[in-house]
Amino acid sequence: MCILGFQKGTRLHLSLARNSRKIWVSGLGKRSVFKINNRDQLRGMALVSPTLIYAILLLAVPLAVIFLFSFWTQDYLTLDRSFTLKNYREAFSDPLYRTLLFRSLWVAGGVTVVTVVLAFPIAYFVSFHVTPKRKSLWLFLITIPFWTSYLIRVFLWKVILGYNGVLNSGLIGLGLVDEPLTFILYNANAVVITLAHAFAPFAILPIFVSLEKIDRSLIEAAQDLGESKYQTFRRVTLPLAVPGIVASCLIVFIPTIGDYVTPRLVGGPNGLMIANMIQVQFLKLNNAPLGATLAVLAMVSVTVIALVFIFLNRKYLRSRS
Amino acid sequence: MKSRGLMIYAVVYLLFLYAPVLLLPMFAFNDSTIIAFPLTGFTTDWFSELRNTPALHTAVKNSVFIAVISAVLATLLGICAARAATKFDFPAKRGVMGFIMLPLVLPEIIVAVSLLVVMVQVLNLPLTNWSVIAAHVLICTPFSIAILNGAFQNIDGALEEAAMDLGETRWSTFRLVTFPLVMPGIISSLLISFTISLDEFIIAFFMTGANPTMPVYIWGLLRFPSKLPAVMALGTILVVLSIALLILAEFFRRRGLRRAGLKDTGGFL
Repeated sequence: MCILGFQKGTRLHLSLARNSRKIWVSGLGKRSVFKINNRDQLRGMALVSPTLIYAILLLAVPLAVIFLFSFWTQDYLTLDRSFTLKNYREAFSDPLYRTLLFRSLWVAGGVTVVTVVLAFPIAYFVSFHVTPKRKSLWLFLITIPFWTSYLIRVFLWKVILGYNGVLNSGLIGLGLVDEPLTFILYNANAVVITLAHAFAPFAILPIFVSLEKIDRSLIEAAQDLGESKYQTFRRVTLPLAVPGIVASCLIVFIPTIGDYVTPRLVGGPNGLMIANMIQVQFLKLNNAPLGATLAVLAMVSVTVIALVFIFLNRKYLRSRS
Repeated sequence: MKSRGLMIYAVVYLLFLYAPVLLLPMFAFNDSTIIAFPLTGFTTDWFSELRNTPALHTAVKNSVFIAVISAVLATLLGICAARAATKFDFPAKRGVMGFIMLPLVLPEIIVAVSLLVVMVQVLNLPLTNWSVIAAHVLICTPFSIAILNGAFQNIDGALEEAAMDLGETRWSTFRLVTFPLVMPGIISSLLISFTISLDEFIIAFFMTGANPTMPVYIWGLLRFPSKLPAVMALGTILVVLSIALLILAEFFRRRGLRRAGLKDTGGFL
Protein backbone atom coordinates (compact mmCIF):
# COMPACT_ATOMS: atom_id res chain seq x y z
CA MET A 1 0.00 0.00 0.00
CA CYS A 2 2.62 2.33 1.10
CA ILE A 3 4.72 1.62 -1.96
CA LEU A 4 1.70 2.03 -4.18
CA GLY A 5 0.94 5.39 -2.67
CA PHE A 6 4.54 6.38 -3.03
CA GLN A 7 4.52 5.47 -6.68
CA LYS A 8 1.34 7.36 -7.21
CA GLY A 9 2.88 10.40 -5.61
CA THR A 10 5.94 10.05 -7.80
CA ARG A 11 3.86 9.98 -10.88
CA LEU A 12 1.99 13.09 -9.87
CA HIS A 13 5.25 14.79 -9.15
CA LEU A 14 6.58 13.83 -12.56
CA SER A 15 3.58 15.24 -14.28
CA LEU A 16 4.37 18.59 -12.70
CA ALA A 17 7.92 18.40 -13.93
CA ARG A 18 6.61 17.95 -17.43
CA ASN A 19 4.38 20.98 -17.15
CA SER A 20 1.05 19.24 -17.51
CA ARG A 21 -0.56 21.27 -14.81
CA LYS A 22 -4.05 19.87 -15.43
CA ILE A 23 -3.31 16.45 -13.98
CA TRP A 24 -1.71 18.12 -11.02
CA VAL A 25 -4.78 20.23 -10.50
CA SER A 26 -7.14 17.26 -10.58
CA GLY A 27 -4.83 15.37 -8.25
CA LEU A 28 -4.39 17.81 -5.41
CA GLY A 29 -6.83 20.66 -5.67
CA LYS A 30 -6.25 24.29 -6.44
CA ARG A 31 -4.67 25.57 -3.26
CA SER A 32 -1.72 23.21 -3.18
CA VAL A 33 -1.13 23.78 -6.89
CA PHE A 34 -0.87 27.45 -6.22
CA LYS A 35 1.52 26.91 -3.35
CA ILE A 36 3.82 24.51 -5.16
CA ASN A 37 3.76 26.61 -8.27
CA ASN A 38 4.75 29.58 -6.19
CA ARG A 39 7.69 27.76 -4.68
CA ASP A 40 8.81 26.64 -8.09
CA GLN A 41 8.49 30.18 -9.37
CA LEU A 42 10.64 31.41 -6.51
CA ARG A 43 13.26 28.75 -7.25
CA GLY A 44 13.25 29.72 -10.92
CA MET A 45 13.59 33.39 -10.09
CA ALA A 46 16.36 32.75 -7.58
CA LEU A 47 18.21 30.61 -10.08
CA VAL A 48 17.98 33.07 -12.98
CA SER A 49 18.74 36.12 -10.82
CA PRO A 50 22.58 36.08 -10.93
CA THR A 51 22.51 36.07 -14.73
CA LEU A 52 19.69 38.59 -14.83
CA ILE A 53 21.39 40.96 -12.38
CA TYR A 54 24.61 40.73 -14.35
CA ALA A 55 22.76 41.57 -17.55
CA ILE A 56 20.93 44.47 -15.88
CA LEU A 57 24.14 45.94 -14.44
CA LEU A 58 26.29 45.48 -17.53
CA LEU A 59 23.72 45.86 -20.28
CA ALA A 60 20.53 47.69 -19.23
CA VAL A 61 22.26 50.30 -17.07
CA PRO A 62 25.00 51.07 -19.64
CA LEU A 63 22.39 51.35 -22.41
CA ALA A 64 20.42 53.78 -20.26
CA VAL A 65 23.60 55.76 -19.57
CA ILE A 66 24.37 55.97 -23.29
CA PHE A 67 20.87 57.29 -23.86
CA LEU A 68 21.41 59.93 -21.16
CA PHE A 69 24.80 60.85 -22.57
CA SER A 70 23.28 61.56 -25.95
CA PHE A 71 21.52 64.56 -24.38
CA TRP A 72 24.67 65.95 -22.75
CA THR A 73 27.66 67.72 -24.25
CA GLN A 74 31.37 67.52 -23.76
CA ASP A 75 34.09 70.07 -24.26
CA TYR A 76 37.35 68.14 -24.36
CA LEU A 77 37.35 66.67 -20.83
CA THR A 78 34.60 68.58 -19.07
CA LEU A 79 31.17 67.05 -19.30
CA ASP A 80 28.20 69.40 -19.39
CA ARG A 81 25.20 67.60 -17.88
CA SER A 82 22.50 70.04 -18.86
CA PHE A 83 19.85 68.54 -21.11
CA THR A 84 20.16 69.57 -24.73
CA LEU A 85 19.20 68.33 -28.19
CA LYS A 86 22.36 69.87 -29.67
CA ASN A 87 23.90 66.49 -30.54
CA TYR A 88 20.77 65.36 -32.32
CA ARG A 89 20.61 68.63 -34.25
CA GLU A 90 24.23 68.19 -35.26
CA ALA A 91 23.68 64.55 -36.22
CA PHE A 92 20.70 65.43 -38.40
CA SER A 93 22.11 68.58 -39.99
CA ASP A 94 25.62 67.39 -40.83
CA PRO A 95 25.36 65.53 -44.15
CA LEU A 96 28.38 63.37 -43.19
CA TYR A 97 26.53 61.55 -40.41
CA ARG A 98 23.43 61.16 -42.56
CA THR A 99 25.49 59.70 -45.40
CA LEU A 100 27.23 57.26 -43.05
CA LEU A 101 24.01 56.14 -41.40
CA PHE A 102 22.19 55.64 -44.70
CA ARG A 103 25.18 53.84 -46.16
CA SER A 104 25.33 51.58 -43.10
CA LEU A 105 21.66 50.67 -43.39
CA TRP A 106 22.03 50.18 -47.14
CA VAL A 107 25.13 47.99 -46.76
CA ALA A 108 23.54 46.02 -43.90
CA GLY A 109 20.47 45.45 -46.08
CA GLY A 110 22.67 44.33 -48.98
CA VAL A 111 24.65 42.02 -46.71
CA THR A 112 21.41 40.55 -45.37
CA VAL A 113 19.96 39.86 -48.82
CA VAL A 114 23.19 38.40 -50.22
CA THR A 115 23.90 36.29 -47.13
CA VAL A 116 20.40 34.87 -46.77
CA VAL A 117 19.94 34.20 -50.50
CA LEU A 118 23.29 32.40 -50.63
CA ALA A 119 22.59 30.56 -47.38
CA PHE A 120 19.11 29.24 -48.12
CA PRO A 121 20.12 26.63 -50.74
CA ILE A 122 22.79 25.32 -48.37
CA ALA A 123 20.37 24.99 -45.47
CA TYR A 124 17.88 23.35 -47.85
CA PHE A 125 20.52 20.98 -49.18
CA VAL A 126 21.67 19.90 -45.71
CA SER A 127 18.12 19.52 -44.41
CA PHE A 128 16.54 17.74 -47.40
CA HIS A 129 19.34 16.05 -49.33
CA VAL A 130 21.92 15.00 -46.76
CA THR A 131 21.40 11.71 -44.92
CA PRO A 132 20.59 12.34 -41.22
CA LYS A 133 23.86 10.77 -40.13
CA ARG A 134 25.89 13.25 -42.15
CA LYS A 135 23.95 16.37 -41.20
CA SER A 136 25.99 17.29 -38.15
CA LEU A 137 29.20 16.80 -40.11
CA TRP A 138 27.97 19.31 -42.71
CA LEU A 139 26.95 21.80 -40.02
CA PHE A 140 30.34 21.34 -38.43
CA LEU A 141 32.08 22.03 -41.74
CA ILE A 142 29.98 25.15 -42.19
CA THR A 143 30.75 26.53 -38.73
CA ILE A 144 34.52 25.89 -38.65
CA PRO A 145 35.71 28.87 -40.73
CA PHE A 146 33.50 31.12 -38.60
CA TRP A 147 35.56 30.36 -35.52
CA THR A 148 38.91 31.33 -37.00
CA SER A 149 40.35 34.72 -36.15
CA TYR A 150 37.89 37.35 -37.34
CA LEU A 151 40.48 40.06 -37.96
CA ILE A 152 42.70 37.81 -40.03
CA ARG A 153 39.72 36.52 -42.01
CA VAL A 154 38.67 40.05 -42.92
CA PHE A 155 42.26 40.94 -43.76
CA LEU A 156 42.48 37.94 -46.08
CA TRP A 157 39.44 39.17 -47.98
CA LYS A 158 41.41 42.33 -48.60
CA VAL A 159 44.15 40.08 -50.00
CA ILE A 160 41.64 38.17 -52.13
CA LEU A 161 39.72 41.17 -53.49
CA GLY A 162 42.53 43.75 -53.71
CA TYR A 163 44.09 45.34 -56.83
CA ASN A 164 46.84 42.72 -57.03
CA GLY A 165 44.67 40.31 -55.13
CA VAL A 166 44.16 36.60 -55.54
CA LEU A 167 40.93 37.01 -57.49
CA ASN A 168 42.16 39.66 -59.91
CA SER A 169 45.56 38.12 -60.57
CA GLY A 170 43.84 34.76 -61.02
CA LEU A 171 41.34 36.15 -63.52
CA ILE A 172 44.08 38.01 -65.41
CA GLY A 173 46.27 34.92 -65.35
CA LEU A 174 43.48 32.88 -66.87
CA GLY A 175 42.98 35.58 -69.51
CA LEU A 176 39.37 36.16 -68.48
CA VAL A 177 39.83 39.89 -67.90
CA ASP A 178 42.48 42.33 -69.09
CA GLU A 179 42.65 44.59 -66.06
CA PRO A 180 41.64 44.22 -62.43
CA LEU A 181 37.93 44.30 -61.69
CA THR A 182 37.29 47.61 -59.99
CA PHE A 183 33.75 47.05 -58.72
CA ILE A 184 34.98 44.90 -55.82
CA LEU A 185 37.90 47.16 -54.94
CA TYR A 186 37.87 49.06 -51.63
CA ASN A 187 34.20 50.00 -51.73
CA ALA A 188 30.83 49.02 -50.33
CA ASN A 189 30.67 45.90 -52.56
CA ALA A 190 33.83 44.56 -50.97
CA VAL A 191 32.26 45.19 -47.55
CA VAL A 192 29.14 43.27 -48.60
CA ILE A 193 31.14 40.26 -49.87
CA THR A 194 33.31 40.13 -46.75
CA LEU A 195 30.40 40.43 -44.34
CA ALA A 196 28.36 37.88 -46.33
CA HIS A 197 31.22 35.53 -45.59
CA ALA A 198 31.48 36.50 -41.93
CA PHE A 199 27.77 36.00 -41.21
CA ALA A 200 27.21 32.86 -43.32
CA PRO A 201 26.74 30.40 -40.42
CA PHE A 202 24.44 32.84 -38.61
CA ALA A 203 22.17 32.82 -41.65
CA ILE A 204 22.37 29.10 -42.38
CA LEU A 205 21.60 27.74 -38.91
CA PRO A 206 18.18 29.36 -38.25
CA ILE A 207 16.96 28.46 -41.76
CA PHE A 208 18.23 24.91 -41.29
CA VAL A 209 16.39 24.59 -37.97
CA SER A 210 13.08 25.81 -39.46
CA LEU A 211 13.47 23.45 -42.46
CA GLU A 212 14.18 20.53 -40.12
CA LYS A 213 10.94 21.24 -38.27
CA ILE A 214 8.83 20.86 -41.42
CA ASP A 215 6.72 17.73 -41.30
CA ARG A 216 7.85 15.78 -44.35
CA SER A 217 4.40 14.25 -44.79
CA LEU A 218 3.07 17.72 -45.71
CA ILE A 219 5.35 17.73 -48.72
CA GLU A 220 4.33 14.22 -49.70
CA ALA A 221 0.69 15.18 -49.30
CA ALA A 222 1.13 18.21 -51.57
CA GLN A 223 2.74 16.08 -54.24
CA ASP A 224 0.13 13.33 -53.89
CA LEU A 225 -2.50 15.98 -54.47
CA GLY A 226 -0.88 16.85 -57.77
CA GLU A 227 1.42 19.80 -57.02
CA SER A 228 4.63 19.91 -59.01
CA LYS A 229 7.93 19.91 -57.14
CA TYR A 230 8.31 23.63 -57.74
CA GLN A 231 4.75 24.35 -56.61
CA THR A 232 5.27 22.26 -53.47
CA PHE A 233 8.39 24.22 -52.67
CA ARG A 234 6.73 27.58 -53.26
CA ARG A 235 3.46 26.83 -51.49
CA VAL A 236 4.49 24.45 -48.69
CA THR A 237 8.21 24.46 -47.94
CA LEU A 238 8.96 28.15 -48.36
CA PRO A 239 6.07 29.52 -46.24
CA LEU A 240 6.94 27.07 -43.47
CA ALA A 241 10.58 28.19 -43.60
CA VAL A 242 9.70 31.89 -43.19
CA PRO A 243 10.32 32.01 -39.40
CA GLY A 244 13.85 30.76 -40.00
CA ILE A 245 14.40 33.20 -42.85
CA VAL A 246 13.14 36.12 -40.74
CA ALA A 247 15.38 35.06 -37.84
CA SER A 248 18.46 34.87 -40.05
CA CYS A 249 17.68 38.23 -41.67
CA LEU A 250 17.55 39.86 -38.23
CA ILE A 251 20.59 38.06 -36.89
CA VAL A 252 22.61 39.26 -39.91
CA PHE A 253 21.13 42.74 -40.31
CA ILE A 254 21.35 44.00 -36.73
CA PRO A 255 24.99 43.21 -35.85
CA THR A 256 26.23 44.32 -39.29
CA ILE A 257 25.52 47.94 -38.35
CA GLY A 258 28.01 47.65 -35.50
CA ASP A 259 31.01 46.45 -37.47
CA TYR A 260 33.88 48.88 -37.98
CA VAL A 261 36.62 46.39 -38.82
CA THR A 262 35.39 45.31 -42.25
CA PRO A 263 34.63 48.83 -43.54
CA ARG A 264 38.04 49.99 -42.34
CA LEU A 265 40.00 47.14 -43.89
CA VAL A 266 38.22 46.56 -47.21
CA GLY A 267 35.81 49.50 -47.54
CA GLY A 268 38.17 52.22 -48.69
CA PRO A 269 37.18 55.87 -48.15
CA ASN A 270 33.70 55.41 -49.63
CA GLY A 271 32.90 52.25 -47.71
CA LEU A 272 33.11 53.61 -44.18
CA MET A 273 30.05 53.14 -42.00
CA ILE A 274 28.42 54.70 -38.95
CA ALA A 275 30.27 52.37 -36.55
CA ASN A 276 33.58 53.85 -37.77
CA MET A 277 32.31 57.32 -36.91
CA ILE A 278 31.09 56.16 -33.46
CA GLN A 279 34.52 54.69 -32.83
CA VAL A 280 36.25 57.90 -33.92
CA GLN A 281 33.99 60.07 -31.73
CA PHE A 282 34.74 57.95 -28.66
CA LEU A 283 38.40 57.10 -29.08
CA LYS A 284 39.88 59.90 -31.20
CA LEU A 285 37.75 63.04 -30.96
CA ASN A 286 36.90 62.50 -27.29
CA ASN A 287 33.30 63.46 -27.93
CA ALA A 288 31.42 60.70 -26.11
CA PRO A 289 28.04 62.50 -26.13
CA LEU A 290 28.01 62.87 -29.93
CA GLY A 291 29.20 59.27 -30.26
CA ALA A 292 26.39 58.24 -27.92
CA THR A 293 23.90 60.15 -30.06
CA LEU A 294 25.09 58.38 -33.20
CA ALA A 295 24.92 55.04 -31.39
CA VAL A 296 21.35 55.77 -30.25
CA LEU A 297 20.34 56.81 -33.78
CA ALA A 298 21.89 53.67 -35.26
CA MET A 299 20.11 51.50 -32.69
CA VAL A 300 16.76 53.22 -33.23
CA SER A 301 16.91 52.92 -37.02
CA VAL A 302 17.91 49.26 -36.81
CA THR A 303 15.13 48.51 -34.33
CA VAL A 304 12.51 50.30 -36.42
CA ILE A 305 13.54 48.45 -39.57
CA ALA A 306 13.58 45.13 -37.70
CA LEU A 307 10.10 45.73 -36.27
CA VAL A 308 8.69 46.74 -39.67
CA PHE A 309 10.24 43.62 -41.15
CA ILE A 310 8.68 41.39 -38.48
CA PHE A 311 5.34 43.18 -38.92
CA LEU A 312 5.39 42.54 -42.69
CA ASN A 313 5.99 38.84 -42.07
CA ARG A 314 3.54 38.48 -39.19
CA LYS A 315 1.12 36.38 -41.28
CA TYR A 316 3.66 33.58 -41.66
CA LEU A 317 5.07 33.95 -38.16
CA ARG A 318 1.68 33.67 -36.51
CA SER A 319 0.47 30.69 -38.51
CA ARG A 320 3.52 28.87 -37.32
CA SER A 321 2.82 29.04 -33.61
CA MET B 1 19.23 15.72 -60.83
CA LYS B 2 18.09 18.64 -58.68
CA SER B 3 20.07 17.14 -55.84
CA ARG B 4 23.26 17.13 -57.92
CA GLY B 5 22.85 20.81 -58.78
CA LEU B 6 22.50 21.58 -55.09
CA MET B 7 25.50 19.41 -54.29
CA ILE B 8 27.69 21.38 -56.72
CA TYR B 9 26.41 24.62 -55.21
CA ALA B 10 27.17 23.31 -51.71
CA VAL B 11 30.76 22.49 -52.67
CA VAL B 12 31.28 25.89 -54.30
CA TYR B 13 29.79 27.55 -51.22
CA LEU B 14 32.12 25.62 -48.92
CA LEU B 15 35.04 26.80 -51.08
CA PHE B 16 33.83 30.38 -50.57
CA LEU B 17 33.63 29.76 -46.82
CA TYR B 18 37.07 28.18 -46.67
CA ALA B 19 38.87 30.55 -49.10
CA PRO B 20 40.52 32.68 -46.37
CA VAL B 21 41.38 29.67 -44.21
CA LEU B 22 43.02 27.92 -47.17
CA LEU B 23 45.04 30.98 -48.17
CA LEU B 24 46.37 31.57 -44.69
CA PRO B 25 48.96 28.74 -44.51
CA MET B 26 50.08 29.47 -48.09
CA PHE B 27 51.22 32.95 -47.12
CA ALA B 28 52.45 31.86 -43.70
CA PHE B 29 55.01 29.53 -45.31
CA ASN B 30 55.72 31.77 -48.31
CA ASP B 31 59.23 33.12 -48.67
CA SER B 32 58.21 36.72 -49.40
CA THR B 33 57.22 39.79 -47.42
CA ILE B 34 54.47 40.63 -49.90
CA ILE B 35 51.13 38.92 -49.36
CA ALA B 36 50.32 38.12 -53.02
CA PHE B 37 50.60 35.43 -55.65
CA PRO B 38 52.69 33.94 -57.15
CA LEU B 39 54.26 32.16 -54.17
CA THR B 40 58.04 32.36 -54.20
CA GLY B 41 59.35 29.66 -51.91
CA PHE B 42 59.04 27.80 -48.64
CA THR B 43 60.17 29.21 -45.30
CA THR B 44 59.40 28.86 -41.60
CA ASP B 45 61.06 32.22 -40.80
CA TRP B 46 57.75 33.88 -39.95
CA PHE B 47 57.09 31.32 -37.27
CA SER B 48 60.51 31.92 -35.71
CA GLU B 49 59.83 35.65 -35.84
CA LEU B 50 56.78 35.00 -33.68
CA ARG B 51 58.93 33.24 -31.15
CA ASN B 52 61.18 36.31 -30.89
CA THR B 53 58.42 38.85 -30.31
CA PRO B 54 57.98 39.42 -26.55
CA ALA B 55 55.11 41.90 -27.07
CA LEU B 56 53.15 39.14 -28.76
CA HIS B 57 53.76 36.75 -25.89
CA THR B 58 52.41 39.28 -23.40
CA ALA B 59 49.34 39.83 -25.56
CA VAL B 60 48.73 36.08 -25.85
CA LYS B 61 49.09 35.63 -22.11
CA ASN B 62 46.61 38.47 -21.51
CA SER B 63 44.14 36.99 -23.96
CA VAL B 64 44.37 33.50 -22.49
CA PHE B 65 43.88 34.89 -18.98
CA ILE B 66 40.85 36.91 -20.12
CA ALA B 67 39.43 34.00 -22.10
CA VAL B 68 39.75 31.47 -19.26
CA ILE B 69 38.11 33.72 -16.65
CA SER B 70 35.39 34.85 -19.08
CA ALA B 71 34.63 31.25 -20.08
CA VAL B 72 34.29 30.11 -16.46
CA LEU B 73 32.12 33.06 -15.40
CA ALA B 74 29.94 32.95 -18.53
CA THR B 75 29.40 29.22 -18.09
CA LEU B 76 28.46 29.65 -14.41
CA LEU B 77 25.92 32.33 -15.33
CA GLY B 78 24.82 30.15 -18.25
CA ILE B 79 24.20 27.16 -15.96
CA CYS B 80 21.98 29.26 -13.67
CA ALA B 81 19.93 30.73 -16.50
CA ALA B 82 19.65 27.55 -18.57
CA ARG B 83 18.64 25.50 -15.54
CA ALA B 84 16.03 28.10 -14.54
CA ALA B 85 14.68 28.29 -18.09
CA THR B 86 14.39 24.54 -18.65
CA LYS B 87 13.20 23.46 -15.21
CA PHE B 88 11.06 26.24 -13.77
CA ASP B 89 8.35 28.66 -14.72
CA PHE B 90 8.73 32.15 -13.34
CA PRO B 91 7.07 35.50 -14.02
CA ALA B 92 8.03 37.25 -17.25
CA LYS B 93 10.17 34.26 -18.19
CA ARG B 94 10.20 35.01 -21.92
CA GLY B 95 11.06 38.65 -21.34
CA VAL B 96 13.81 37.85 -18.86
CA MET B 97 15.39 35.20 -21.07
CA GLY B 98 15.03 37.41 -24.14
CA PHE B 99 16.82 40.22 -22.33
CA ILE B 100 19.65 37.93 -21.19
CA MET B 101 20.05 36.63 -24.77
CA LEU B 102 20.02 40.18 -26.20
CA PRO B 103 23.83 40.54 -26.58
CA LEU B 104 23.59 37.78 -29.21
CA VAL B 105 21.98 40.21 -31.67
CA LEU B 106 22.99 43.59 -30.28
CA PRO B 107 25.62 45.32 -32.45
CA GLU B 108 28.89 44.82 -30.60
CA ILE B 109 29.90 48.45 -30.88
CA ILE B 110 26.82 49.42 -28.84
CA VAL B 111 27.87 47.05 -26.04
CA ALA B 112 31.41 48.40 -26.30
CA VAL B 113 30.65 52.12 -26.12
CA SER B 114 28.02 51.79 -23.40
CA LEU B 115 30.35 49.80 -21.15
CA LEU B 116 33.20 52.19 -21.91
CA VAL B 117 31.15 55.21 -20.90
CA VAL B 118 30.01 53.57 -17.65
CA MET B 119 33.50 52.44 -16.67
CA VAL B 120 35.48 55.51 -17.65
CA GLN B 121 33.12 58.46 -17.40
CA VAL B 122 30.69 57.33 -14.68
CA LEU B 123 32.62 54.99 -12.38
CA ASN B 124 36.03 56.45 -13.21
CA LEU B 125 37.62 52.99 -13.21
CA PRO B 126 40.89 52.29 -15.00
CA LEU B 127 40.64 50.00 -18.02
CA THR B 128 42.29 46.68 -17.22
CA ASN B 129 41.97 43.05 -18.24
CA TRP B 130 38.98 42.90 -15.89
CA SER B 131 37.03 45.44 -17.92
CA VAL B 132 37.51 43.22 -20.98
CA ILE B 133 36.44 40.21 -18.92
CA ALA B 134 33.27 42.01 -17.76
CA ALA B 135 32.29 42.64 -21.37
CA HIS B 136 33.26 39.19 -22.63
CA VAL B 137 31.21 37.47 -19.92
CA LEU B 138 28.24 39.50 -21.11
CA ILE B 139 28.56 38.40 -24.75
CA CYS B 140 29.59 34.79 -24.03
CA THR B 141 26.71 34.06 -21.64
CA PRO B 142 24.02 33.84 -24.38
CA PHE B 143 26.13 31.32 -26.31
CA SER B 144 26.64 29.35 -23.11
CA ILE B 145 22.89 29.39 -22.42
CA ALA B 146 22.11 28.23 -25.96
CA ILE B 147 24.41 25.24 -25.54
CA LEU B 148 23.35 24.44 -21.97
CA ASN B 149 19.62 24.78 -22.73
CA GLY B 150 20.06 21.86 -25.08
CA ALA B 151 22.03 19.90 -22.47
CA PHE B 152 19.45 20.48 -19.71
CA GLN B 153 16.50 19.74 -21.99
CA ASN B 154 17.98 16.38 -22.90
CA ILE B 155 17.92 15.20 -19.29
CA ASP B 156 15.09 12.84 -18.46
CA GLY B 157 13.34 14.51 -15.51
CA ALA B 158 12.46 11.08 -14.12
CA LEU B 159 16.10 10.48 -13.17
CA GLU B 160 16.16 13.55 -10.90
CA GLU B 161 12.76 12.69 -9.44
CA ALA B 162 13.94 9.17 -8.72
CA ALA B 163 17.04 10.42 -6.90
CA MET B 164 14.95 12.76 -4.77
CA ASP B 165 12.40 10.09 -4.00
CA LEU B 166 15.27 7.87 -2.89
CA GLY B 167 16.25 10.43 -0.31
CA GLU B 168 18.75 12.74 -1.97
CA THR B 169 18.39 16.46 -1.31
CA ARG B 170 17.91 18.94 -4.15
CA TRP B 171 21.54 19.91 -4.05
CA SER B 172 22.94 16.36 -3.87
CA THR B 173 20.60 15.34 -6.70
CA PHE B 174 21.98 18.15 -8.80
CA ARG B 175 25.55 17.24 -7.91
CA LEU B 176 25.22 13.46 -8.32
CA VAL B 177 22.67 13.14 -11.15
CA THR B 178 22.15 16.35 -13.11
CA PHE B 179 25.68 17.67 -13.11
CA PRO B 180 27.36 14.55 -14.56
CA LEU B 181 24.67 14.41 -17.24
CA VAL B 182 25.20 18.02 -18.36
CA MET B 183 28.99 17.88 -17.92
CA PRO B 184 29.63 17.46 -21.64
CA GLY B 185 27.45 20.52 -22.30
CA ILE B 186 29.38 22.47 -19.69
CA ILE B 187 32.72 21.57 -21.23
CA SER B 188 31.49 22.47 -24.68
CA SER B 189 30.18 25.80 -23.32
CA LEU B 190 33.56 26.49 -21.70
CA LEU B 191 35.39 25.78 -24.95
CA ILE B 192 33.04 27.87 -27.11
CA SER B 193 33.16 30.81 -24.67
CA PHE B 194 36.94 30.55 -24.52
CA THR B 195 37.15 30.62 -28.31
CA ILE B 196 34.78 33.61 -28.61
CA SER B 197 36.64 35.61 -25.98
CA LEU B 198 40.05 34.78 -27.43
CA ASP B 199 39.00 36.05 -30.85
CA GLU B 200 36.84 39.03 -29.86
CA PHE B 201 38.17 42.33 -31.17
CA ILE B 202 35.44 44.96 -31.54
CA ILE B 203 34.74 45.25 -27.79
CA ALA B 204 38.27 44.46 -26.62
CA PHE B 205 39.60 47.39 -28.68
CA PHE B 206 37.47 49.76 -26.59
CA MET B 207 38.01 48.09 -23.24
CA THR B 208 41.75 47.35 -23.17
CA GLY B 209 43.97 49.57 -21.14
CA ALA B 210 47.73 49.42 -21.27
CA ASN B 211 47.90 45.68 -22.00
CA PRO B 212 46.48 44.80 -25.43
CA THR B 213 44.77 41.47 -26.02
CA MET B 214 45.96 39.33 -28.89
CA PRO B 215 43.38 40.57 -31.45
CA VAL B 216 44.14 44.18 -30.47
CA TYR B 217 47.84 43.46 -30.95
CA ILE B 218 47.14 41.88 -34.36
CA TRP B 219 45.10 44.96 -35.34
CA GLY B 220 48.14 47.09 -34.58
CA LEU B 221 50.34 44.88 -36.73
CA LEU B 222 48.01 45.06 -39.75
CA ARG B 223 49.20 48.62 -40.37
CA PHE B 224 52.79 47.53 -40.97
CA PRO B 225 53.25 45.66 -44.27
CA SER B 226 56.55 44.15 -43.08
CA LYS B 227 54.78 42.48 -40.16
CA LEU B 228 52.07 40.86 -42.29
CA PRO B 229 53.76 37.50 -42.97
CA ALA B 230 54.20 37.02 -39.23
CA VAL B 231 50.50 37.81 -38.78
CA MET B 232 49.74 35.09 -41.34
CA ALA B 233 51.90 32.65 -39.37
CA LEU B 234 50.13 33.60 -36.16
CA GLY B 235 46.78 33.20 -37.91
CA THR B 236 47.74 29.72 -39.08
CA ILE B 237 48.56 28.66 -35.53
CA LEU B 238 45.26 30.12 -34.32
CA VAL B 239 43.29 28.32 -37.02
CA VAL B 240 44.85 24.99 -36.11
CA LEU B 241 44.24 25.64 -32.41
CA SER B 242 40.61 26.70 -32.81
CA ILE B 243 39.83 23.74 -35.08
CA ALA B 244 41.32 21.46 -32.42
CA LEU B 245 39.23 23.15 -29.71
CA LEU B 246 36.09 22.90 -31.84
CA ILE B 247 36.60 19.23 -32.54
CA LEU B 248 37.01 18.72 -28.81
CA ALA B 249 33.82 20.71 -28.09
CA GLU B 250 31.92 18.73 -30.73
CA PHE B 251 33.25 15.47 -29.27
CA PHE B 252 31.92 16.39 -25.81
CA ARG B 253 28.60 17.56 -27.23
CA ARG B 254 28.09 14.21 -28.96
CA ARG B 255 29.14 12.30 -25.89
CA GLY B 256 26.56 14.27 -23.94
CA LEU B 257 23.88 13.29 -26.44
CA ARG B 258 24.94 9.66 -26.22
CA ARG B 259 24.84 9.75 -22.42
CA ALA B 260 21.38 11.21 -22.48
CA GLY B 261 20.45 8.44 -24.93
CA LEU B 262 19.50 10.79 -27.76
CA LYS B 263 20.18 10.83 -31.44
CA ASP B 264 22.31 13.58 -32.88
CA THR B 265 20.17 16.27 -34.46
CA GLY B 266 22.37 19.22 -35.26
CA GLY B 267 25.25 21.53 -34.59
CA PHE B 268 26.21 23.93 -31.85
CA LEU B 269 23.49 26.50 -31.82
